[in-house]
Amino acid sequence: MKKNLYATRQNIIIFIFLAIGVLFVGKLFYLQIINTSYKLSSQNNVLRYMTQFPARGKMFDRNGKVLVYNESAYDLMVTPKLVKQMDTLEFCRLLKIDRQAFYARFKKASTHSRHRASIFLEQVSKEDYAYIAEKLYHFPGFYFQARTLRKYPSPIAAHILGDVGEVNQKNIDNDHYYKSGDYIGKSGMERHYEEAVRGKKGLKIVMVDVYNRAKGSFENGRYDTLPVAGKDLVLGLDAALQLYGEELMHGKTGSVVAIDPSSGEIIALVTSPGYDPNLLVGRVRSSNYNKLLEQPEKPLINRAISGTYPPGSTFKLVNALVALHTGAITPSTQFSCQGKSSSPIKCTHSHQSPLPLAPAIENSCNSYFWNTFRCILNNHRHRSLKDAYEEWQTLMFSFGFGKPFNTDIPFELPGNVPTRDYFDKVYQGSWNAMTVRSLAIGQGEILLTPLQMANEVAIIGNKGFYYPPHLIRKIGDGDSIDPSFTTKHYTGIDPQHFEVVKNAMRDVFEGAHGTARYNKIEGIDAGGKTGTVQNPHGEDHSLFIAFAPFDVPKIAISVVVENAGYGSQWAAPIATLMMEKYLTGDVKRKELEEKILNKNFNEEANAEQQ
Amino acid sequence: MRNNNNLLANLDWPTVLIFLALTFMGWVSIYSAVFDEEYSSIFDLSQRYGKQMLWIVLAIVLAFIVMLTDAKFFSAFAFPIYFLILIVLVGVLLFGATIAGSKSWFQIGGFALQPSEFAKFGTALALAAYLGRLNADLSQLKTRLVAIGIIVLPALLILAQYDTGSAIVFTVFVLVMYREGMSGAIMIIALIAVVLFIATIYTQQVYVLIGLLVLFGVALLFIKRHIINIMKLIGLLLIAAAFVLSVDYVFHSVLEPHQTSRINVLLGLETDLKGAGYNVNQSKIAIGSGGFFGKGFLNGTQTKYNFVPEQSTDFIFCTVGEEYGFAGSLIVIGLYLTMLIRIITMAERQRSVFSRVYGYGVASILFFHFAINIGMTIGLVPVIGIPLPFFSYGGSSLWAFTIMLFVFLRLDAYRLNTL
Ligand SMILES: [Zn+2]
Repeated sequence: MKKNLYATRQNIIIFIFLAIGVLFVGKLFYLQIINTSYKLSSQNNVLRYMTQFPARGKMFDRNGKVLVYNESAYDLMVTPKLVKQMDTLEFCRLLKIDRQAFYARFKKASTHSRHRASIFLEQVSKEDYAYIAEKLYHFPGFYFQARTLRKYPSPIAAHILGDVGEVNQKNIDNDHYYKSGDYIGKSGMERHYEEAVRGKKGLKIVMVDVYNRAKGSFENGRYDTLPVAGKDLVLGLDAALQLYGEELMHGKTGSVVAIDPSSGEIIALVTSPGYDPNLLVGRVRSSNYNKLLEQPEKPLINRAISGTYPPGSTFKLVNALVALHTGAITPSTQFSCQGKSSSPIKCTHSHQSPLPLAPAIENSCNSYFWNTFRCILNNHRHRSLKDAYEEWQTLMFSFGFGKPFNTDIPFELPGNVPTRDYFDKVYQGSWNAMTVRSLAIGQGEILLTPLQMANEVAIIGNKGFYYPPHLIRKIGDGDSIDPSFTTKHYTGIDPQHFEVVKNAMRDVFEGAHGTARYNKIEGIDAGGKTGTVQNPHGEDHSLFIAFAPFDVPKIAISVVVENAGYGSQWAAPIATLMMEKYLTGDVKRKELEEKILNKNFNEEANAEQQ
Repeated sequence: MRNNNNLLANLDWPTVLIFLALTFMGWVSIYSAVFDEEYSSIFDLSQRYGKQMLWIVLAIVLAFIVMLTDAKFFSAFAFPIYFLILIVLVGVLLFGATIAGSKSWFQIGGFALQPSEFAKFGTALALAAYLGRLNADLSQLKTRLVAIGIIVLPALLILAQYDTGSAIVFTVFVLVMYREGMSGAIMIIALIAVVLFIATIYTQQVYVLIGLLVLFGVALLFIKRHIINIMKLIGLLLIAAAFVLSVDYVFHSVLEPHQTSRINVLLGLETDLKGAGYNVNQSKIAIGSGGFFGKGFLNGTQTKYNFVPEQSTDFIFCTVGEEYGFAGSLIVIGLYLTMLIRIITMAERQRSVFSRVYGYGVASILFFHFAINIGMTIGLVPVIGIPLPFFSYGGSSLWAFTIMLFVFLRLDAYRLNTL
């Protein structure tokens, strides 16, 4: 046994313990007995914790026009435990509700919590608020809390802007910032930029007396925190063009996507039928939402990003580029065409034969592109057709097909690029160019979203590169936007091959046989390509993709009009009217405009059914 | 059987009663803190209070098991237990789950276990076993270094899990080493260095330097004003100032921003920016509003509104302060102090150095948790998230503290047999 030399040190240690204990008791004595600011003069007085909701950030278009702003509203809150005997009748009269509604709401609040305040009546208007607030002191346990509601000066771009609604339990569990009754962006920009737009809640502690009257802030606001307003968003959208697009698409099913090829900013993103964003605001949100959900036209679906279509003839441009890149053809390669008796794919256009590449694009010759596709797959550089197909498939992905861009557009679908494995599975390994021939003319398994089509034409306008299409332009005072949005992407195609394809697109407007020759915009040099997509369920879909001005494009556009027939008939006029409007600020082709505005496929279809 | 009768007779019942009282009060406070009208039964297993009851029952079972274990087991297996815990700590770093920013949990089904809670127990055992050796002498540098190694190793592993609070607890072993003969000056210098380091990082260096000058002035009033004493004092002041300046320089100028940020996270500073100040304010309002007798069971409005975060765990003392007032707080503090002093007294009556050192280890760890946790809720100590022993919600900490305490009670009950 060792000597116990230091036994007296226990006293010092005990002293340290006691000293801390005394220090604590002293501090507690100060907090709980001496300092009266923590106690309230009467036992009935309470501290009311009022959340200070920040204003959500506003949204502007590329020209500084307001797209979304806020309007004040007031939630009537109740803390069931603090509610005293009261004149229910009078209270109901004040709020313009009946007694049943009163008891139902009160019961709901009580089940939620007796101690915690919850919303009794949501979004009381400013006028009602002023009137009710004056009398509220008769009714302890009730108080008003200021909120803001979204307002849309012009009822456009509902799908892009998105909507705001109450948080659900999942939101609360995922992010402790949210409390029951808070608002959160549910879709669109509201959802993607929620963290920037929501700001930061503040807290105000108010002393309230027995009569439910605020007695001023607690401790001169020492413990209050101020709300921080959300950041404003500037979008690449052009509000005027968006409105025009929505008007043109009225009565039609489909979409318009316009991109600025020099930045990837989306200038217009129209889906039709749409809805008025003001419908999904405030108290009426959930009932309106359910109504929209049940409509057979499905207005809630954003067809521009989650509609997937076979691209039809517009896809010939991409096949041409792949063929040039892989050496399957040269610009002067000619193929003959027997028109309607061509095999295995007949050609619907009558034209000279044989043709080299550029006129084949101008005439949209099916035979030419069947042969082109066959040459791509039977390329002797590859050991097998399937290897050649795999190269084709890789190049498709390099155009942004078959996968979402994953920028700030929620619910974007990937479309479909059928893979080698897929065909191996479907055809048990034995397939060839003939088997998958529909791909030659953009039919069959290949599916693109209108957004991908617009990006395709932006790539051609840019001669080989693109920026991922995105909506945001600026956050707050210039916080940097996601750098992946401004990263230049090159396709797998050698840029030198774009020249010939791009020039051929000009001939679609300018050429004597150009499929869009009747849609020329005076004074604007443009390139385009029509598409008419066979639709097993009805009339063909009308497609058009285009870009302008020709040399340095400022707008690349895709238009899809479902069940409308030829691409040149509906999609091309809409696309060119949009470009005319955007580039010149005005539309000179009034007659065409009138015709498009008045065309209502949906009504006609309904009329036929009746 | 004689042995077992002896055991019950020799068990230190006052400590057991305080343990039971604190555990029970903790349970009731947790009930109050997270009370939910929908599940108003305190036995509701879907709620924290129901779960805590389960943890308490299991803790008592663990206490029984410890009491039935041979007392010699703990000294004989001190190092194996210590190394086993080190291995588990490494394991948690590799395979653990991250909860509340700390990668310090083992997730087994819906249940999470935090090994760092048990590391304190293992370290106390190992330190006791080492200092219990005949050749151990803390006035020797070698002994000091080995002892520090035993303490620092688990602390570093816990620090690597971003569980700074639990890692800081290990500094309290300096008390044990002091009791066993380490120079008091070392303790004081270490303490001052830690305080200066943390103060420099938590506040601006100007304030720390002003604080040093004030301390210097105060010290001048108390010492005998010989020229030598004054020179020594000035020397100390200069060394301290140089330390502060270099910490500040290294922290702000030498380290890369991401390294600074990591240290901030380790010190709990970055989460602090998000609202620890808010927590403390809310906690002070809750406690302050309790007055002398408190608002009564389940009547705490501040705490009911969920305005004090982490209320059933780190800020559980708020509930006591609000619902039972100054009187209740006094009782709780009194119980802790009584238990601590009781353990020290018992440690001093041990015949083996192992039991004594271990007893001091237990007292020190409990003391540190008590001091930091309550100090934090009343705004005397920065927010360091460690639980209040026996009181806070959570199985891991309750079990670890129970095992730690009852191992000591087992050693104490056996003390007369050691001859
Ligand atoms: Zn043809």
